[in-house]
Amino acid sequence: MYSLVQVELYKIFKRPRTYIAFGAVAALIGIIQFGLKLDGKSYLDFMLNDLSSSLEIDGKILNGYLVCYVMLQLLLVHVPLLIALIAADMISGEANMGTLRLLLIKPYSRTTLLLAKFIAATIYTLLLLVWLAILALFGSMLLFGTDDMFLLKTSYVVLLKESDVFWRYIGAFGFAALAMTTVASLGFFLSVFAENSIGPIVATMSVIVFFTILSTLNIPIFNLIKPYLFTTHMIGWKEFFDIKVNDSNEAIIGSIQNPEKIIKAAVVLFVHTIGFFVATVLVFRKKDILS
Amino acid sequence: MSSVIQVRGLTKNFGQQFTAVNDLSFSVHKGDVYGFLGQNGAGKSTTIRMLLSLIEPTAGEIEIFGLPLAANRSAIMQKVGAVIEKPAMYEYLTAYQNLKIFSALSGVSKSKTQLLQELDVVGLATRAQDNVGTFSQGMKQRLAIAMAMVNDPELILLDEPTNGLDPQGIADIRNLILQLSREQGKTVLVSSHLLSEIEQVATRLIIIDKGCKLVEGDSKELFDTSKTVVAIQTLDNKQATELLLQSSWAKQVLVNRSKDKEIFMQLDEKYLPNLHKNLVEMGIGVLSVKPMHSLEDYFLQITSTQKYV
Repeated sequence: MYSLVQVELYKIFKRPRTYIAFGAVAALIGIIQFGLKLDGKSYLDFMLNDLSSSLEIDGKILNGYLVCYVMLQLLLVHVPLLIALIAADMISGEANMGTLRLLLIKPYSRTTLLLAKFIAATIYTLLLLVWLAILALFGSMLLFGTDDMFLLKTSYVVLLKESDVFWRYIGAFGFAALAMTTVASLGFFLSVFAENSIGPIVATMSVIVFFTILSTLNIPIFNLIKPYLFTTHMIGWKEFFDIKVNDSNEAIIGSIQNPEKIIKAAVVLFVHTIGFFVATVLVFRKKDILS
Repeated sequence: MSSVIQVRGLTKNFGQQFTAVNDLSFSVHKGDVYGFLGQNGAGKSTTIRMLLSLIEPTAGEIEIFGLPLAANRSAIMQKVGAVIEKPAMYEYLTAYQNLKIFSALSGVSKSKTQLLQELDVVGLATRAQDNVGTFSQGMKQRLAIAMAMVNDPELILLDEPTNGLDPQGIADIRNLILQLSREQGKTVLVSSHLLSEIEQVATRLIIIDKGCKLVEGDSKELFDTSKTVVAIQTLDNKQATELLLQSSWAKQVLVNRSKDKEIFMQLDEKYLPNLHKNLVEMGIGVLSVKPMHSLEDYFLQITSTQKYV
């Protein structure tokens, strides 16, 4: 198994396509950081327009923590496409090249091969998120410095002490890793049905877009299925930045307002990931390899 | 002689309509270069893919090295190498990297020097560090063979290995097959739609058409130039075949399919008058007894689609 995973990772990181995702993330983060560095004040003025008359804000609001949060909001919607580029190609790409038949005549079971490929796709996903974290969090901390984190939510504001932020990002990135692994498992599953990469990549994105629309639609009939859609829970990382308050309305440092929501979202994502993988194995074990 | 491959009643249906392989039985003995002959679409590749467990049979049994394939796949595949149809490899990797990957996947630990030596055997040592995407079809085919041989297999399955090759490439593959068999004692199953290709390397062969076995036998006997193939037309071919199979002529009957318009036999030309006489004595209404020049004529005739009712 170890050598199979090694081989799969070797193949992934020898392909030029792999680095598109890393390049795209670096370019997007670089542009946002550049824009905020040059004209961050205008962005803040626009963001705080309604609050400026009622709230006096002291300190460095546009710091590395806030910039990272802004970037995660923007990027985590698009990262699934970059994940799909590789995960949805894991089996269909091999079928397209004709190498799938060579892999399947080696002394490993189909399930072992799939597991090795899935582990490799998951490692790629995690590395992409580590790359995202390095650039978006550490890069922004270096460029913009650190301070307390001021977040403007839909109907309230959250103020997190500087010392109470970093661990939340670790939790948020960990959660995002789980969400992106679910995306990878969906792409991986769809990859079994095709003999070229384009179909599963487009299909993965279509499923995510379709479910995301269902998750965000405020039509009562869809409320029944929303809790079961993995897309509903993919933004669960934001929960790490909501803090509990005591009876005096003071923030409790080190707390999360709704940890149960995070756990529930993680369970739904995990069950989806396992479900997609098991379905992949069931389909693939019976599949005639004609490519 | 021990069988390396034993196939019994192998059948593969794709959906309800199409039967690619139909009740096929054959055996490949240790040390054979076994020719698997049939026109395009005859069921050769489907059969080879079933032997490699890439396709699940609808019915039938496959034993390789005396073990049922379905229950012993991993153990069997450790001793098998294959090139399946057009050569497939990672075009963004070099020849050396491809070989290294398939060496690792075969559970074989080989040094760089050993892998380069194997590339040298197939004439690719000087291109070891070049991306496979820049290779010609012949070079890819040679690399595919090196990849199939990387685990030093006892059994090698080559599905149309000379497809797309120039005459020199075809000759190289032919020599390689002979070398593997004669010098290294490997068992080789090689498929082709060209009789002339099989004729030059095979020790035994099978001819299949529309998924059915037509002939299986020793190449020396089948290609015996002192014998000729005879196409016999009778009033009732089914009955005539049954009578012939019960007679002393049974061994000379090549194909016994009721759907054929002719019965094919292989025998020395001097026995033709005797055969004719015996047919009449058996009460068979003979319409014609037509000698053919070679097994190739016979192969072309028997696999020609117009021959079927």
